[in-house]
Amino acid sequence: MRTMRHIFLLGLIFSKMAMAAELNIEITQGVDNPIPIAVVPFSWEGTSPLAEDIGAVVSADLQQVGEFRALPPGNMLSMPDEAAEVFFRDWRILAQDYLLVGKITHSPGSQLVQVQYEFFDVAREQKLIGEVLTGSVSQLRDIAHEISNVVYQQVTGTRGAFSTEILYVSAQFVSPELTYYRIEKADYDGHRSQVLVESQEPLMSPAWSPDGSQVAYLSFETNLPRIYIQEMATGQRRQITDFPGINSSPVWSPDGAKLAMVLSKDGSPDIYVMDLTTNQLTRLTDHPRAETEPSWTEDSRSVVFTSDRTGQPQIYQVPITGGFPERLTFDCFYCSKGRFLPDGKNLVHVRRDTREDNSYSIAIFNIETQRVITLTDTSLDESPSVAPNGSMIMFATKVGGRGILDAVSIDGRVKFRLPSAQGDVREPSWSPFLN
Amino acid sequence: MGTHSMKFFRTTILAISIMGVAACSSSGDEEMAAPVVADTSGIDATTAAAARAEAERLAREREAQQRMEAAALNTTVFYFDFDVSEFLASDRDVLAIHGRNLASNTSRRIRLEGHADERGTREYNLALGERRANSIRDYLVVNGASLSQIETVSYGEERPANNGQTEAAYRLNRRVEIK
Repeated sequence: MRTMRHIFLLGLIFSKMAMAAELNIEITQGVDNPIPIAVVPFSWEGTSPLAEDIGAVVSADLQQVGEFRALPPGNMLSMPDEAAEVFFRDWRILAQDYLLVGKITHSPGSQLVQVQYEFFDVAREQKLIGEVLTGSVSQLRDIAHEISNVVYQQVTGTRGAFSTEILYVSAQFVSPELTYYRIEKADYDGHRSQVLVESQEPLMSPAWSPDGSQVAYLSFETNLPRIYIQEMATGQRRQITDFPGINSSPVWSPDGAKLAMVLSKDGSPDIYVMDLTTNQLTRLTDHPRAETEPSWTEDSRSVVFTSDRTGQPQIYQVPITGGFPERLTFDCFYCSKGRFLPDGKNLVHVRRDTREDNSYSIAIFNIETQRVITLTDTSLDESPSVAPNGSMIMFATKVGGRGILDAVSIDGRVKFRLPSAQGDVREPSWSPFLN
Repeated sequence: MGTHSMKFFRTTILAISIMGVAACSSSGDEEMAAPVVADTSGIDATTAAAARAEAERLAREREAQQRMEAAALNTTVFYFDFDVSEFLASDRDVLAIHGRNLASNTSRRIRLEGHADERGTREYNLALGERRANSIRDYLVVNGASLSQIETVSYGEERPANNGQTEAAYRLNRRVEIK
C-alpha cells in the first residue's frame, strides 16, 4: 500500500545566509468556516530532538492558506502515529473532518530518516492516502511541505504550492550614503531565506525562469540600470543588456524561450522581446509615451503591459507577432502591472480607482464579465505575484513606514503577512512549481 | 546686455529665492545710475568721467551676473509636481544658465538622475523618473548644451531623498539631480 518516494533537494551552500532578512509569517485573516483537521505530532524513534516539528509545519501550512483550522495537540484525546492506533470516535467527538498521523524513523543502514504519514477522512472512517518519504534530517521541512501538498490536494482538489519559493528585494538603510540592496530567496512562508546577490546600488524586478533554475533582475551596479541573469545553484551571472537608457523589467516567457523587457534606447520606454537562443531583439511597442511592466499570457503568445499613452497608466495586450495593442482597462485612474491568472480571463493588477482616491490596491479584473474585485485595503500596494496553483497573490505594501510582503487569496477571504525583522522587503516573485 | 540682462537678472533672483537658495547679499544693485560728478574741466573730463562711471557700472553688473550664475550653478536639485514630468516654470532661468554653462564648457559632462515618489508601481516610476530627467536634458540642449555632454539615468522610487510617507516627503523625492 505504501509508496516509497525519495526527496533529494539541491543542497546549496550560501555563504551570505546569515545576512538574509528574516521573515516571520502572521495570519491576518482566515475564512469564516475553516475545515477542521487534526494533525497529530509525529512520533520520532530517535533520542535527540529533531530540528523541525513536521506536524507543526504541516499545521502552519494548512492554516496559512486559510481554508483549514488545525486542532491544538493539547485538545487531542489520543496520539496515534499509525492507522492501527486510530480510533475515529476520538476525532468525531472533537468534530474533526480530517486526521493526519505519522512517524519518523531511522532509515536502515544510512544517515537518512523515513517519514511515514497516513491521512484519514474521519466521517467516512477511511484512509485517503499514506506514504513514506525518505530524506536527510536537514530536509524535514521540505518533507513536511510535501505532506501539506498531498493533504491540500486530497481535500481541495487543487495542487498545493507549499514547496514553492519566493524571490524578493530587501533594502537595509544604513545611512543616507549607504543602503544595502539584496535579492533574496526563501520558502513561500519566508523561512530559510538566502541572499542571492547584494549591492550598494539598487536591485529590482527579480524574475524566475520557468524551470526555477535561474533568476533575471535589474541591477544599478554600473550606475546604470542593466539586466542580469544568474544561476540559482552556482551564483554564476551574466549581464545580458547594455543599451542606452532604461533596461528593465525582465520577464521569462512561460515556455522559457524568450525574455520580455523594457528598453528606452529609442527615446522612450518600449516593450521588447529577446530570443534567448539567438539573442535577437524584437520590438513589440512603438510609442513616445511609456510602455513598461510586461507580463506573458500563459500560451507565451501575447504580452500584457502598462502604458500611459492616454495620459494615465492603463493596461494593454499585444501579440508577440506585433500589431496594434488592445486596451484592457478603462474605468480606473491608474491601472498597472497587469498579469493574467492561469485561466487567462482574470487580470491581477495594481489599481487606483480615482484621482481623489489616493490609494493603490491589488485588484482582479475579469475581462469577460468586466467585474472588478479589489482584494486589499492597505494603500501602497504593488508588485502582485501569483502562486503557481493560482490560489494566492503575494504583493508588497507598507505598514508603519516599513516595506513588507502580504499575501491574499484570489477570493480575498484569506490574508497572511511576511514582515521582515529588519529593513524593507518588496517585489515578491512567486516561483513556479519546483518539484 | 542692457535691459535684457536686467530683466533676466531679476527673474532669476526670484527663482532662486523661491527655491530657498540663499541669494547673494551684496551691494551690487544699491545704485545702478552713474554717480553725478562735478563738471569743472570741460567736455573731455566730463566724457572721461562718464566713461569711467559706465565701466564701473558694467563691472558691477558683470560681478552681479557672475554671482547669480554661480548661485544658479549651485542649484542642482529640481522638484516636480505629482505625476508630472515637466520641470517647474520657476526653474527655467536656472536651467538656462546650466545649459549655457555647458555650451561654453564643452568638455564638461553631467549626469541627470531622475527620481519619483513611492506611490504607484516601481517599474512605471522608473519610466517617470527618466521622463523627468529627459525634460531637463532637452531644455539644457535648447540652451546650447550638447547631447553628448549629458547622461540621464532614472532611479525611479529606489533612492528616496526622504523616507517619509507624507506629502512633504513625497515632494522632496520627485526630483532630478544634476551630478
